Amino acid sequence: MAKLVVLGGGVSGHTTATFAAKWLGSEHEVIVVTPNSKWNWIPSNIWVGVGQMKKEEVTFDLAPVYKKAGITFVQAKATEIHPEGSETVEKAFVTVESTAPDSAGEVTIIEYDYLVNATGPKLNFGATEGLGIGSELGEHTVSVCTADHAVHANDKLSEAIEKMRAGTRQRILIGTGHGTCTCQGAAFEYIFNVEHELNKAGVRDMADIKWISNESFLGDFGMGGLHMKSMGFAVSSKIFAESLFTERGVPWIVGAHVNKVESGKVHYELLDGEMGEEEFDFAMLIPPFTGVDLKAIAKDGSDISDTMFAPNKFMKVDAVYGKTDYNDWKASDWPSTYQSSAYDNIFAPGIAFAPPHPISKPMKSPNGTVITPAPPRTGMPAGIIGKAVAHSVCDLITKGKDAPLHKISMADMGAACVASTGKGIFNGTAAAMTVYPVIPDFEKYPGTGRDTEYTFGEIGLAGHWIKHILHHMFIYKAKLKPGWTLIPE
Amino acid sequence: MALKDEKHIQAYSQNFGTMTPGSFQKWLRTCVIFQFIRFLVINIKMLIVVGKSH
Repeated sequence: MAKLVVLGGGVSGHTTATFAAKWLGSEHEVIVVTPNSKWNWIPSNIWVGVGQMKKEEVTFDLAPVYKKAGITFVQAKATEIHPEGSETVEKAFVTVESTAPDSAGEVTIIEYDYLVNATGPKLNFGATEGLGIGSELGEHTVSVCTADHAVHANDKLSEAIEKMRAGTRQRILIGTGHGTCTCQGAAFEYIFNVEHELNKAGVRDMADIKWISNESFLGDFGMGGLHMKSMGFAVSSKIFAESLFTERGVPWIVGAHVNKVESGKVHYELLDGEMGEEEFDFAMLIPPFTGVDLKAIAKDGSDISDTMFAPNKFMKVDAVYGKTDYNDWKASDWPSTYQSSAYDNIFAPGIAFAPPHPISKPMKSPNGTVITPAPPRTGMPAGIIGKAVAHSVCDLITKGKDAPLHKISMADMGAACVASTGKGIFNGTAAAMTVYPVIPDFEKYPGTGRDTEYTFGEIGLAGHWIKHILHHMFIYKAKLKPGWTLIPE
Repeated sequence: MALKDEKHIQAYSQNFGTMTPGSFQKWLRTCVIFQFIRFLVINIKMLIVVGKSH
């Protein structure tokens, strides 16, 4: 009997664990270690953040789902990987610290034959002074990165709306809270949902809404922008995004590294080196991501974290690392098996793998401050990679260690993204976009780097309906209800 | 007469280089019949992208 341990129960880890459990059956053991007792459909946190959904509608308890799937659920956070075992433990193992209410803080070890590190990101609020401490959100701004953050965001937004109703003008600032953030798409969706809610509440004219982000141009989205087919043109996402912001009367600050947050004010540095300040009454700023605090320890007890992890704490896999010049970057730099570069029985799907480099062109201010969006690896890519890794691990277990690994690179993978505006069936709209491939391949698609037949975007009710369907479909799938395997990632 | 959204554009400001939708385009965005057709088209395109990605 082989033992597969999956660290993390997010989109990627949940996908890997559930498919592996289904394909391996009861002959082998699948264990999921995750600090959270609930699964969260993160894209719908946006609706929680504007009061259109309850936290309970975007989360569910993992324990009963894993029990049904025959997966052992351990509510804990992994703190160390011992890929060679230790002087007292023969097999490879992970050290975990319980986060369950009845055993919080207890440290145990879990041995493994195969390990999938799908720990996702650490929300690094502490990277920006005043944005928070470590992974804890600070007191000056809100976030929609977790369901609890989104509930808090809605409480603060409701307070701002009440002040506007009482005749007090409010300044609303939404975007990214550091020069190296990713997930601009989440902030993009949130700002338009906030604007929609203010319209609904009849107080839009009492609000000054502004966007601030680390993108060098509006519509970069951490993917170096994209060109999409529209009205017979290959239109830049810059035009697409600027049009949306202009239509809604929202000005923007781009190329901004927020370097300090205090009560009612952010300080930032721009790509041209200029320093600025922006005052706010309500601000939602996405934090930068790093890998979680996970150490790697060799058999002799020495710390080998530098061997297994990149400096940003994401796990090094089969990517081509070390290329710093944008002109040298190739689509083939991106990993395809997500196998650890150090240990063949360890994989890192989803956000947990260390990307070889950003997708957007790296930029620095004259002061040397890096202001470059990190590459997105959430959502559809995370799910697809998670399933490919499940395939690989199952083959290694059932067919032997020489079984070929399944390959899927983000340079051969598309992504669909639907950014809603409002939640109503007939009064909401959404920007529905697909991009193919996620990583631009300028050799295969000279010019735009992408296939403009399958990279498209449009605004309307249709995208909005799709957003609703995706919400229900993916929660249905994650709950492993009948036919769940038929729903694509 | 300028459309409502065009009034947000200011000469030589950051939004002077973009485009804004006209009233017909905005009507199409919420026209249920047109959007139902687009719903089918977008779904098919997304399914193709999903298929190419697995």
